Amino acid sequence: MATKSSKAVKISQKHLLGIQDLSIGDVNYILTEAKQFILLNRSKNKKLDTLRGKTQINLFFEPSTRTQSSFELAGKRLGADVMSMNIVNSAIKKGETLIDTAMTLNAMHPDLIVIRHQDSGACNLLSQKVNCTVINAGDGRREHPTQALLDALTIIEKKGKIQGLKIAICGDILHSRVARSNIYLLTMLGAEVNIIAPTNLMPKDLEKFGINKFSDMKKGLESCDIVMMLRLQNERMNTSFLASNREYYEYYGLTPDKLNCAKEDALIMHPGPMNRGIEIDTNLADDINKSVIQEQVELGVAVRMACLKIFCE
Amino acid sequence: MKKKYFLNANIIDPHNSLNEVGGLIINEEGKVEAIGKKVNENNIPSREKYINLKGKHIFPGLVDMRVFVGEPGYEYKENFRTLSNAALSGGVTSVVTMPNTNPIIDNVSMVDFLKRRGRDKSKINIFPTASLTKNLEGTNMTEFGLLQKKGIIGFTDGSKTIQNTRLMSRIMNSAYDLNALIIQHAEDSDLAEKGMMNDGIISTKLGLQGIPEVAEKILIERDLSLLEEYKCRYHIAQISSAKSVSIIEEKKNFLKFTCGVSINNLSLNENDIGDFRTFLKLSPPLRTEDDRVALVEGIKNETIDVIVSDHKPEDEEQKRLTFAKAATGSSGIETLLSLSLELFHNGSIKLDTLIKTLTCNPAKILKINKGNLTQGNNADFCIVDINKPWVVKKENLLSKSKNTSIENKKLQGKVTNTFVNGEELYKI
Repeated sequence: MATKSSKAVKISQKHLLGIQDLSIGDVNYILTEAKQFILLNRSKNKKLDTLRGKTQINLFFEPSTRTQSSFELAGKRLGADVMSMNIVNSAIKKGETLIDTAMTLNAMHPDLIVIRHQDSGACNLLSQKVNCTVINAGDGRREHPTQALLDALTIIEKKGKIQGLKIAICGDILHSRVARSNIYLLTMLGAEVNIIAPTNLMPKDLEKFGINKFSDMKKGLESCDIVMMLRLQNERMNTSFLASNREYYEYYGLTPDKLNCAKEDALIMHPGPMNRGIEIDTNLADDINKSVIQEQVELGVAVRMACLKIFCE
Repeated sequence: MKKKYFLNANIIDPHNSLNEVGGLIINEEGKVEAIGKKVNENNIPSREKYINLKGKHIFPGLVDMRVFVGEPGYEYKENFRTLSNAALSGGVTSVVTMPNTNPIIDNVSMVDFLKRRGRDKSKINIFPTASLTKNLEGTNMTEFGLLQKKGIIGFTDGSKTIQNTRLMSRIMNSAYDLNALIIQHAEDSDLAEKGMMNDGIISTKLGLQGIPEVAEKILIERDLSLLEEYKCRYHIAQISSAKSVSIIEEKKNFLKFTCGVSINNLSLNENDIGDFRTFLKLSPPLRTEDDRVALVEGIKNETIDVIVSDHKPEDEEQKRLTFAKAATGSSGIETLLSLSLELFHNGSIKLDTLIKTLTCNPAKILKINKGNLTQGNNADFCIVDINKPWVVKKENLLSKSKNTSIENKKLQGKVTNTFVNGEELYKI
């Protein structure tokens, strides 16, 4: 009887659209699964057949290196047939709407669609129109759940826990889906979250999410265990938010001097891609004693494998 | 036309301070012959039949000051015929149409076409506006005088704001000279740029660009400062926030101007957007519950003069998109009265105050003899069962576009019959 589906835990959602929809049980389930894949990914034979016979479509409307390749690799290592749509050559360029694209793909019976889109809520819309599971790989400025999960896993691997840690998230919060997903996840897991940004890049009413707001970076970094830097999203800025990159670096770039305000063993994180010399000092980014940026990328594959597996079940 | 007799109705005609049980007689020309409690069975010739409206209400036909019609150019969204059917089913007998059609109503040659189409295809009274500026570009004003002579009722750039302050002052001066009505969409376009909803916790959560309430406040304050210097007939199309209500309340002590509010902003708030419901992407945006309550209070104490449907038909394709790409606006002319009655049923607003904002107040601003049942006037009115429960279903809507903001909402109160010039043009 209880052979394959003996697991007591089950995920509460059909789709992974955002951290907001997940329970703490869901999160722990994903993180526990992901830990098993870390070792697998470091071993010689990385291939499983968990998702054999399943079809995964990656639908990326925005350019992406690490997330797209990470999802592709995750699917392939689990044995799924992975297809990455090239938007540049697709009918979307001919004016097809998202819903029509979804219906077309749906007719091919995929088991998973991984979507990244420039509009907030695009994955929600897609999930209403297709039969398969939808995984959000970033929608507008709303959510990027797998990034937050991999950040949490990285912190747990390095610090052994999240509960009770003081975590600073610094940079372009306004345009950042990574910041939003991390705020939901890290506060859910019991961290104290400090949000540091120039007021022009701070979304309205953010304090209502149970975080501390700072526009003075040094104050915000005080006794933090983790310093998470975000990329300045110049491509999303239509009007003047900042006077210049050099002024931004002066006040919000992570430098050894500012990092001294955090705890001595504080770790530096960044979801990438980095603007060296704008939000982070280039030597700090590469400091293997402090920066865990490469680990984030590594664990990203494990977290995505866990998500694909769990949500495909 | 035969004479018509209605008895025992609850008649509310705020223009004539009428709120009593009585009758209504319509003469052979479709005009009001007699109205009120003095009309009873004794006034009716014994061989004539009368209609007993016991328990039902008679209201003057509604005057909706903000309606978008797709003709010319967007007939697939709404034409005059479908608009008129939709309006009649909601008890609306006069509408003010917006000029942002294709081509835009910005010159006299368009007005003749509009008047002719309106007359031939619609059964209700159409009062077209023209744009304030040529091609809605916000740079050169249109010919208020000539357009008015052709039958244009007022001037507005529709969903666009006159952002240039100097131009606005000149518009006001011209409007003063020509006694023209200026209707402003009050929203600072720089502050509202690319905004899709109220700026606040919900927009932060949904990751959508917000429109701060200060965008509306700044424009209202600017225009009212100008109005102190350059007097004219000035009307703010719609307001959406508590702050706007208090500025208007204060300024009305010494300035003459009027303002409106959409029934959407009186009935819904930003939480209703839920999981990206594009049918609730509106302009001005839905704001917080506190703002909604302040707007209701503004109607109650008569700071706000009119309630409009802000009827903006959009075909479903324009709404089946991501929130950022979806069209703005909702179809609402058929539900305007029923949704307004919700504010009466829940005890927020008295019935005659409500009817006033839907009938004689807009007529007064527009300087038209509509929205009242004065003896000798055209008999435009509706019969309403104010307690009748019904559910809004998009398949039952008569408008060509089904983008209602209140799909599946349970309402109380339904128009059962609508008359224009004494002729029954709608019957449930």
